[in-house]
Amino acid sequence: MSKKGFGLTVLFSLISVVYVWPIAVVLINSFKDKTAISDAPFALPNGESFAGLRNYIVGMTFGNYPFYKSVLYSLIITVLSVALILLCTSMCAWFLARVEAWWSRALYLLFVFSMIVPFQMVMYTLSKTADTLELNTPWTIPIIYLGFGAGLAVFMFTGFVKGMPRELEEAASIDGCGVLRTYFGVVVPILRPTMISVGILETMWIWNDYLLPYLVLDMGEYRTIPIHIQYLNGSYGQSDIGAIMALILLSILPIVIFYFAAQKHIIEGVMAGAVKG
Amino acid sequence: MNSNLRRWAPLFLGPTLVAFCIGFVYPFLHGVYLSFCRFITTGDATWVGFNNYIEALSDPSFVHSFWFTALFTAVSVIAVNALAFAVALALTGQVRGRNIFRTVFFSPNLIGGIVLGYIWQLIFNGILANFGTALVLEAKYGFWGLVILMCWQQVGYMMIIYIAGLQSVPKSLYEAARIDGASRWQLLRNVTVPMVMPSITVCTFLTLTGSFKLFDQNLALTGGAPGVVGEGGSMVYRTEMLALNIYNTFYGPGSARGVGQAKAVLFFILVAFIAFWQLRYTRKREVQL
Repeated sequence: MSKKGFGLTVLFSLISVVYVWPIAVVLINSFKDKTAISDAPFALPNGESFAGLRNYIVGMTFGNYPFYKSVLYSLIITVLSVALILLCTSMCAWFLARVEAWWSRALYLLFVFSMIVPFQMVMYTLSKTADTLELNTPWTIPIIYLGFGAGLAVFMFTGFVKGMPRELEEAASIDGCGVLRTYFGVVVPILRPTMISVGILETMWIWNDYLLPYLVLDMGEYRTIPIHIQYLNGSYGQSDIGAIMALILLSILPIVIFYFAAQKHIIEGVMAGAVKG
Repeated sequence: MNSNLRRWAPLFLGPTLVAFCIGFVYPFLHGVYLSFCRFITTGDATWVGFNNYIEALSDPSFVHSFWFTALFTAVSVIAVNALAFAVALALTGQVRGRNIFRTVFFSPNLIGGIVLGYIWQLIFNGILANFGTALVLEAKYGFWGLVILMCWQQVGYMMIIYIAGLQSVPKSLYEAARIDGASRWQLLRNVTVPMVMPSITVCTFLTLTGSFKLFDQNLALTGGAPGVVGEGGSMVYRTEMLALNIYNTFYGPGSARGVGQAKAVLFFILVAFIAFWQLRYTRKREVQL
């Protein structure tokens, strides 16, 4: 390794420390007494300010809402929505890519168009529509996510299918496979890497999404993690910043685990998603 | 195959299309219609023509949020892309442990905007407390706070895209240029940059639209504070971006939903226009071998 390479390695090590530091501050503060957090947010806990697991215990039921419910609802919404999006939009995209007609092209363009529309454009009317159709529970909100998130998914799947040779599908159909068997037996296995990419991008979006579920779901009953954290900060102010620190840390934890388990796929997913535009 | 498949349209197209109509097409068209109406709920809409648009454009808080958003977008697009490109360039060179660095730099991306906002609020307030001030007291703190937050979150993501672009540049191009006596600066300017232009297109697109549409981070970090009384006695929030301004027009005190919807339509047109213009501009600079 050259001298310059060594210098860069040292520089990047320092930057990495700066990068991780904000998370470390949250971790440290989650074990501190709440007055110590506002007085000296960057200090390590000492005998006096160390609060043990108190913040975590208080945090579990902070804001008169059990935290485990938020985790559960976030999980239900994310898993159901992503599964629904992957299944429905991949079928839709295959159809659009293989059926050549003016209306299939028009539909495709409509999906692409929806990608650039900011959420504020539809937030009011969408939340009213969701209310009317009773799509306002964690079990039905995935339909809304399918609708609003279809653009990116259809775009990515269609792009991939167009680069796929038709011969395999034609061979399967000559061998007597029906459309369904051709799709699930031949197309889906080839689409697998794209499915992982789309799945990761949609997971990152839905798990962290705040405004859509906030406007659609009934706050008293269903709070996802971002909604819960925003609610605690909004209405409780600085009243128990220790508990908030503990909850912020707990809400990052699943993401960190997910990241380390699927890091390779996540980075590939981002690269695959980047062909858009 | 083609005609056979067509008969399956209800199953293959149906579910996505129905959801797309519920989740996008109908709300979009209804939103455009309501922007010409005065209403409290969707049932009592009365047609008022362009009144909402006139009110929106003469609202000082909306105009201020536009300039704040535009300035923030310009600064953050340049900062994020310059940093991401520099890091990508260094990480494709001779650095030991580049995978670890890549992992670390990418990680903030997975944390949601609301949580990110509160983490940085704690950090900035902790630092500013040493100078006897706080994040919400001055607009410039909120502005630079948002820029730093945006860099922290986005540099890793864009870096990944730039690394992919840099790795696809054929080595032979560099060798040929070196034989022709090109300096390192010339290599960067005349070989690397034109060759990674597709990555630059994507990254500027993503950062441009992302910064312009930013909401969660803005809401959590400052919530628009500090607010001052503007001309005509209405409140102007100094660090409020367009998306948050629209949200507050809908759901804030003294809400005027028709005006909010008109602002949202203007916002959409603006985002679409910027995206279209940017793609045309950078696409023209892409080279094909």
